[in-house]
Amino acid sequence: MNILVLIKQTFDTEEKIVIHNGAINEDGVEFILNPYDEFAVEEAIKIKEDSGAEVTVLTVGQDRSESVLRTALAMGADKAIMVESAEAADEYSIAKIITAAIKGQEYDLILGGNMAVDSGSGQVAIRVAEELGIPHVSTITKFSLEGTKAIVERDAEGDVEVIEVNLPFLATAQQGLNEPRYPSLPGIMKAKKKPLARFTAEDLELSEDDLAGRTSVQDQFLPPKKQAGKILEGEIGQQVQELVALLRSEAKVV
Amino acid sequence: MSKKVLVLVESKNGKLRNVSFEALTVANRLADGGEVAAAVFGKDAAGFVQEISQYGPKTIYLAEDEALSPYTADAYVQALSQLIDEVQADVILLGHTAIGKDTAPRVAARLGIGLISDCTGADSEDGTIVFTRPIYAGKAFQKKVFTKGKIFATLRPNNFEIQENPVQPETVPFCPEIKDVRTIVKDIVRKTAGGVDLSEAKIIVSGGRGVKSKEGFKPLQELATVLGGAVGASRGACDAEFCDYSMQIGQTGKVVTPDLYIACGISGAIQHLAGMSNSKVIVAINKDPEAPIFQVADYGIVGDLFEVVPLLTEEFKKILVSV
Repeated sequence: MNILVLIKQTFDTEEKIVIHNGAINEDGVEFILNPYDEFAVEEAIKIKEDSGAEVTVLTVGQDRSESVLRTALAMGADKAIMVESAEAADEYSIAKIITAAIKGQEYDLILGGNMAVDSGSGQVAIRVAEELGIPHVSTITKFSLEGTKAIVERDAEGDVEVIEVNLPFLATAQQGLNEPRYPSLPGIMKAKKKPLARFTAEDLELSEDDLAGRTSVQDQFLPPKKQAGKILEGEIGQQVQELVALLRSEAKVV
Repeated sequence: MSKKVLVLVESKNGKLRNVSFEALTVANRLADGGEVAAAVFGKDAAGFVQEISQYGPKTIYLAEDEALSPYTADAYVQALSQLIDEVQADVILLGHTAIGKDTAPRVAARLGIGLISDCTGADSEDGTIVFTRPIYAGKAFQKKVFTKGKIFATLRPNNFEIQENPVQPETVPFCPEIKDVRTIVKDIVRKTAGGVDLSEAKIIVSGGRGVKSKEGFKPLQELATVLGGAVGASRGACDAEFCDYSMQIGQTGKVVTPDLYIACGISGAIQHLAGMSNSKVIVAINKDPEAPIFQVADYGIVGDLFEVVPLLTEEFKKILVSV
């Protein structure tokens, strides 16, 4: 079985965001494999361990993104594909880039995280499914294979949909799908020898129109700083009365 | 410049979703003298015409094809793509809901257009529509525009004003050509039937590890009921199995924008704040005066939530008139 996992490098979730002139500062930032993509990589490796598969991981990003490919290889993926691309590429372009990068390859299953924790759009994987003409199921919390079809559970705002779909298809991972393993030391060592193919977006036969995308970022900014809040004092009963009065008269939310 | 705006109106558990009224209001604004069309998919579509008419669309398209219930991406994508072409929409708006997140990217790829997801703002600036949206889990924001092609966006619930604009729209049946739906919905387990949907709740009472057990959520539920709100949780509470993951608010859970967020026994880790920091008013109740949650709270009570929350419930009962 041939599995492709789409992954992205993102800021660590603890990072404070610093912006200069609309650009996000990357100095001293710690980068990680997008947490939702971790679920996707883990699921692919579990399938590999259960039923046998070759797992390829692919990322589109700047040079520094190579580290998430190495992390995924250390977790147990077999091959990696790195496509270097300008950071200004939007979801439209990234989906075109990925589709071009895997042209000619046949995958039985494509997995990805349901969204990246930096951009929060959740578009790319689903766009890729459409480009490839395969069905997709997003935000899955459970996956099982039955021959050439899969039974998955999908999280739909708290409701659970049980869905049956034939391979090949694409699924995006939601929290709860599995518990991603930490790369082991032997895994990290093996990863260094696993194949990693490199392309630039320009290597792939994409039109200027495709690479230019359909949207652009005009500005980026931090939210206004919140004013310090009020910690109430006094006997608890009185604090409660004061709080309710404030919520009604001052905050006007009840 | 006047535009043709199409809004996909959504229902859940037999009721129209609030975010659809927000989208219709935004549509009226962005149409700039042009036309707004609403679309409803599913067997019960016709029943919503009266209510949708309160929010100003000129035309309501009803697609009652059986293939559209229950929801599947393939059916919705085909229907919506065909409708966008048929009405020649310049702008398409959906709520950033489970359906919006699942359908919109695929429609965008199919039509070769851009998509700006999870918007908290949509404004016309010098003739260009500029969308505002959170990035890095709400730690920052960006403004985005379309450089080419149709304007397509999903709107984050609870972030836009709703304005009534009662009209007499034309109702048009829409019969999409839906073939080859490749996913089969075997079952739907409704964990959220009844009660207020977290992402659209105006008031949320939320519990963290400090709740200590499943039963610990009872006082929070009572407070939420009195306030007409929903109950949420931090990841810590869910991991500890005090509650279901469907209640989780945070970076890897739901993002909420209520008017009032009452955090009980929640320490306030960055990942949790990512899910609620844009709440209008935040109240924190925690035994630990050093808990980071107090730094984002508008009001704080340092105390035992099991003492404070029931007292709050009693106090609110006194001042609120039950409807």
